[in-house]
Amino acid sequence: MLPSVASPLNLILGVIVSWLAIGLVGLARPLSLRFVSRVLFPLGAAGGLVLMAAAFFGIPAAPATLVLPLGLPDLPFHIRLDALSAIFVGLLGVAVVGISLFSSGYFRRGQGSAPGVLCLQYHLFLASMVTVLLADDAYLFMVAWETMAIASYFLVTSSHKIPEIRSAGFLYLLIAHLGAIAILLCFGVLQGGQGDYTFAAMRGIELAPFWGSVAFLLALFGFGAKAGILPLHVWLPEAHPAAPSPVSALMSGVMLKIAIYGILRVTFDLLQVQIWWWGALALGLGLLTALFGVMFAAVQSDMKRLLAYSSIENIGIIVAGIGLTIIFHVYGNPHLAALALVATLYHSLNHACFKSLLFLVTGSVLHATHERSLGKLGGLIHNMPWVAATALIGSLAIAGLPPLNGFVSEWLLLQAFLFSPGLANNYLNMLVPVAAAALVLAAALSGYVMVKFYGVVFLGQHREARLAEARDEGPWARAGLVWLAAACVLLGLLPIVIIRLLDHVTLPLVNFAIGADAARAGWLLIAPVSPERASYGPLLFLLGILGTVLFTFALVRWLYHGRVRRGDAWDCGFPAQNARMQDTAEGFGQPIKQIFEPFFRIRRHLPSPFDAQPFYSAATEDRLWHWLYLPIARVNERLAAWIGILQHGRIYLYLLYSFVTLLVLLIIVR
Amino acid sequence: MPISLQLINLMAALLLLIAFAMLSQRRILSLIYLFAWQGAVLAANSVIVAWSTGQTHLYYSALVTFALKVVVLPWILHRLIIRLNIKWDVETLINIPTTMLAGIALVIISFNLALPISQLAGTITRGTLGIAIAIVLLSFLMMITRRKAVPQVIGFLAMENGLFFAATSTTYGMPMVVELGIALDVLIGMVILGIFFFQVREAFDSLDLKHMEKLREE
Repeated sequence: MLPSVASPLNLILGVIVSWLAIGLVGLARPLSLRFVSRVLFPLGAAGGLVLMAAAFFGIPAAPATLVLPLGLPDLPFHIRLDALSAIFVGLLGVAVVGISLFSSGYFRRGQGSAPGVLCLQYHLFLASMVTVLLADDAYLFMVAWETMAIASYFLVTSSHKIPEIRSAGFLYLLIAHLGAIAILLCFGVLQGGQGDYTFAAMRGIELAPFWGSVAFLLALFGFGAKAGILPLHVWLPEAHPAAPSPVSALMSGVMLKIAIYGILRVTFDLLQVQIWWWGALALGLGLLTALFGVMFAAVQSDMKRLLAYSSIENIGIIVAGIGLTIIFHVYGNPHLAALALVATLYHSLNHACFKSLLFLVTGSVLHATHERSLGKLGGLIHNMPWVAATALIGSLAIAGLPPLNGFVSEWLLLQAFLFSPGLANNYLNMLVPVAAAALVLAAALSGYVMVKFYGVVFLGQHREARLAEARDEGPWARAGLVWLAAACVLLGLLPIVIIRLLDHVTLPLVNFAIGADAARAGWLLIAPVSPERASYGPLLFLLGILGTVLFTFALVRWLYHGRVRRGDAWDCGFPAQNARMQDTAEGFGQPIKQIFEPFFRIRRHLPSPFDAQPFYSAATEDRLWHWLYLPIARVNERLAAWIGILQHGRIYLYLLYSFVTLLVLLIIVR
Repeated sequence: MPISLQLINLMAALLLLIAFAMLSQRRILSLIYLFAWQGAVLAANSVIVAWSTGQTHLYYSALVTFALKVVVLPWILHRLIIRLNIKWDVETLINIPTTMLAGIALVIISFNLALPISQLAGTITRGTLGIAIAIVLLSFLMMITRRKAVPQVIGFLAMENGLFFAATSTTYGMPMVVELGIALDVLIGMVILGIFFFQVREAFDSLDLKHMEKLREE
């Protein structure tokens, strides 16, 4: 055990303070890129390592609480570290080590804000996210939550001279604030009229079903706005391409998980009683979000937008897992509830690793080629072997292929679906198989998306001549990429260890731990329900794959002539092949576009045979934007115009308004 | 009826008279003199109330009123109009007789409003609340009907006089701290408005507020 001074909670507090200090030091030397990137960012990465250690010791430990002598008079900050917080602290730690190392080699001179300012915003963002996880009263939670939103807003708009980036930032800020209002109202409902906003007090209150539902819906809306649940997802595909890549990685990999943490915290910890339809709602919304995200990811031709939509998909899967947990929990099936919750948390952890990795990869590609459009990339595997190799691991993981981590969590979630026995609700019994099918569809399509991402960016020939000059990343960035890739592999190979850790979360939340059961068949195999029905041994799988590949390789070398021939990629024997003959990102996404056409709003320009200068263009737009957001904006503008009628710019008229109001009120009061 | 009450009623009547005089006055310089007179009557009223009720803190309040509203503010305003060179006539939006008629209507409304409150009040000066409300509303009316910035500011200050009168005559004055706070506010407000005049004139070459219409969003 650790000595008491170095308790996990104190370690985490120390990291928060040192991150803030690092940010301020960066501000002291705002223009020295060398100092910021060679000293401060690696120090920040070390903070991530400390968080991992703290999480490792903090997850099994009993909840630790502390009252900080900060905040307003008579309103101190309460903090608490329990297993749920600790899991997410660990997730943040793992991702931050990789992202901060990568950032050490990423930021360049003359791009966006000054390095010191970026350093401050970045570390403030990190510190506020950890603070959200530790907060044990609504006050500190909201303060940290808003700090997080504002710090990330400034990071997103670091290249604020570009109008698109400004408008993306505005959209992000708008939706973040809508969400924050909902969360604030949610806490208002949760405190149940007692006026005590500590979480400890909220745990002690059992709300009436109506108010409980209101709180849950507000939480789902508020945290969903941050996580990107349909229909509040619109900011993701705008903000992620606008932000610098490490920031996209942090936002997508970590910040979305903080929102997931919020949903879990409110639903399973602060609310004492759950209702079945909450689960059905979360499940339905989650699956819709997942399918929507993956469909749009398949038709994107900008690599960061593609990844942003893929994040929407993964959040959908996680929310569906939460929904399933609620359903099983309400219907008294703790075993499956624990299984679904483990799958949810596991997928959060996985997504933090592989999505951060892939966003960092896009950053490398962007720096090497100055190109984000998939239509102009290609063949980078030869120029950037390190980036390509780590990107391959990330792509395979996100596609859910064994033996990597994406498979484990999606498989666990599917197990939870498939083992669902007759629930007490007939409608749900009908819904669950459909939901399982939708999940599988989303998982399969995400494989398609990743083939597109990896294939178009790294394989084939260069689509532009200047891509031949692309260079691989330096040692810092490589270290960050390799760290995250290694995390993906280890999370895939050691599921039993992770599930054992997650047990400490499921036990207090849904009163069951599946670790002992899952490890019954030995530490090699995980068998969430029983070894007879389904089990999975990632190490065996890895050995099998390696064995098959080596065997085939040897066989070919031995039986065939054994020489290595190098030909053009994918030339299929056609002699005069050039880069324009390759399948494009557009072309690759075409089948999905055709199959799911009603879901997209497509604007095409097709050339006619008589055009002197024929061109083709197609833009795929989000229908929800036109159905939901633009009408709201129009109504808003009309209201503003009505109120604008009052404004004449004549002071005596304004005075007259107050005068008449005063008189009328006086006469009414009389 | 005791002599002090009669005196207070006299002061109230004088204040109302001055308020009407301000409403009808076209010249800025005279407006400032009227404002100073209003302050003097107010201070006298405070002294009378203090003397008749034995509320000693009202003497201090009278002193502050006198210093601020009879000496300092008129002096600042006077300097302002000399430096801005605006001693000319005030253009009104509505002609003076109409304004006076509106003023009479306001006085009637004020008395009507004050009636139920006066019946509840137990202080010796309860009849004056209607007049206090009338002064506030008349000053407000003056702010509305004047086009130039300086008379509007004087209207604003006169409104504060009305409030002060209401406070002294109905409740024997506010706590000293509040009174000092308000006095400071008025002074600071005056300083800020003084700076504001220069800015407005610099921007528009005039203190006519109709130029401000340009500031609205099209």
